[in-house]
Amino acid sequence: MNLYEYMGKEIFSSFGIPVPSGYVIHDVADLKPLSGSVVVKSQVLIGGRGKSGGIKFASDEAQLKEAVTGLLGTKIRGYTVSTLLIEEKINIAKEYYVSISLNRTERKPLIMASASGGVEIESVDPKEIYTRIIDPLTGYSDYIGREIVSFLGLQGEVASQFRSLLSKLYKVFKEEDCELAEINPLVLTAEGKVLAADAKVVIDSDSLYRHQKYNVTDPEKTPLELEAQGKGYSFVEMDGLIGVIANGAGLTMATLDALTLHKGNPRNFLDLGGTDSIDIVVNAFELVLKANPKAILVNIFGGVTKCDTVASGITAAKAKFNISRPIVVRLSGVREEEGREILKNNGIQAYSEMMPAIEAVVKAAGGA
Amino acid sequence: MSVLVDKETRVIVQGITGHQGKFHSGEMLKFGTKVVAGTSPGKGGTEVNGIPVFNTVRETRHLNPDATMIAVAAPFVKDAAFEALDAEIPLIYILTEHVPFHDTMEILYHCRRKGVTLIGPNGPGVTAAMDCKIGIMPNHIFKKGDIAVASRSGTLTYEIVGALTRNGFGQSTVIGLGGDPVVGLTFIDVLKMFENDEATNKIVLVGEIGGTNEERAAEYIKSHVSKKVVAYITGRSAPPGKRMGHAGAIVEKGMGTAESKIKAFNHAGVEVAEYPVDIPSLIK
Repeated sequence: MNLYEYMGKEIFSSFGIPVPSGYVIHDVADLKPLSGSVVVKSQVLIGGRGKSGGIKFASDEAQLKEAVTGLLGTKIRGYTVSTLLIEEKINIAKEYYVSISLNRTERKPLIMASASGGVEIESVDPKEIYTRIIDPLTGYSDYIGREIVSFLGLQGEVASQFRSLLSKLYKVFKEEDCELAEINPLVLTAEGKVLAADAKVVIDSDSLYRHQKYNVTDPEKTPLELEAQGKGYSFVEMDGLIGVIANGAGLTMATLDALTLHKGNPRNFLDLGGTDSIDIVVNAFELVLKANPKAILVNIFGGVTKCDTVASGITAAKAKFNISRPIVVRLSGVREEEGREILKNNGIQAYSEMMPAIEAVVKAAGGA
Repeated sequence: MSVLVDKETRVIVQGITGHQGKFHSGEMLKFGTKVVAGTSPGKGGTEVNGIPVFNTVRETRHLNPDATMIAVAAPFVKDAAFEALDAEIPLIYILTEHVPFHDTMEILYHCRRKGVTLIGPNGPGVTAAMDCKIGIMPNHIFKKGDIAVASRSGTLTYEIVGALTRNGFGQSTVIGLGGDPVVGLTFIDVLKMFENDEATNKIVLVGEIGGTNEERAAEYIKSHVSKKVVAYITGRSAPPGKRMGHAGAIVEKGMGTAESKIKAFNHAGVEVAEYPVDIPSLIK
């Protein structure tokens, strides 16, 4: 789960990482009296908001009001701004980059730092980036901080502020179950203070049961994907014509791939999961029907999910939603004969192999 | 011989009185697995499918378990794994989905420290065809033979193993690595085992988008694997940035695409099937 900048900064602050002082508003009426120059930052979960005009500066009340009314309710790259972070303007002497993330290849945390901050880290020459895999058992230790300040060429008071900040950032990464804890830019101010001027924190969705304070709706998800998520389905909307219901993430993906290779583009990804309930099948049909596909393919390899349960779910859904568009079914595995019999009695033929079902549904949807 | 498990492997199930534990311990017994005990706090002294239930793993030690299947809810997995590690059980398989990856990192670290094999989380387990099944793979799909299969998926593994069996190709060992971003075994780990396994002559790898596990395996195959390897990669049609069901199945910043994995395998001389059902004709 991606957190908004202000949430990331709240976390940083609670771990003792210095951030610029500021506050969050949702309405122009929430504005506090100005005590110096400020920056007004749109809280959206997409990159490049500065370039898209999502960040404004103000040095008097009139400018501030104008900036706030100008930003609230506008769209930045398609996403509506409903929250603003009003922060003291800081005097930037130098911008750095630091992050801790999961390295999937090593299956360990990765710490990165660079003196080229304030730009996308992907655009920085790898030679200018310090990287180190952290042993999860020893965790972060001050020698890593010493390596980093040496790499960045920092000394004295600034170096000790950096080292203190890095050890706190590792605590954030570990204790808040982060996939990513990134500060870009990490600012050294003209007054010699080190501050997290931005915060990008991604929390492992599987850990939310122990971090219930955050609840962020993924802006990249469509309304139908959010509805599916609420009902417990893995569901992704796509732009093809064929609705897909399958069981298991791998088999569902393989079904989409096979359709695509047959020029029958899928309308969605829907994984029934490893459950065995008629209602789950019926509700899956309800979701897929809302995506309005031309035809629906059900591809089941029965194991924990029994073929006869799925067959009963298909016939129940067909009756409940009065489905007239073509439904093509493939049943294989546990209780496939029973499942096929149930469908036959309801006028649906079920294939036992995947490829003939793929071909049949592509044809039914008017494709190749 | 198979790898990791065989006819003699003695298995316990942690969380045996839960829905999954109850059902799959029964299926494992039917397969012929020696399920010697189960655990469930407070339910000690009862039985599930005729299997004795104990309160703790420590109480099962007189039964000399070689492996454990952990089927408890995600928040309790780390504790269950530590309990198994403390009891010196050499193989830990975690069935549970949605385990926080920070917990898995910790479990994996301690498994390595103690020389314990970790399978999963969020995978179907391991099966030595006709001899021993630990996990949730359907019983009827297997046939004994010389093909080893390793996969990041569950149902897709069944699809491919089923297709192998229907076409007369039996299996030695089938391993589901798990669909999470952090899991116990990599493709390289299992390639090492399969290369050294006398019962295995050919190898099938079933990969998916996300991470660089497949690319690394391809590099390893070039210099370390003499046996024939074929592969299938799923997720060619996945839109970037979307998680396709598995927590680990996501293309991020152009990394972990199906194209990159297919290219890497082809460079290593590994044929990649277009469809799962094409695996039998490639493995011939």
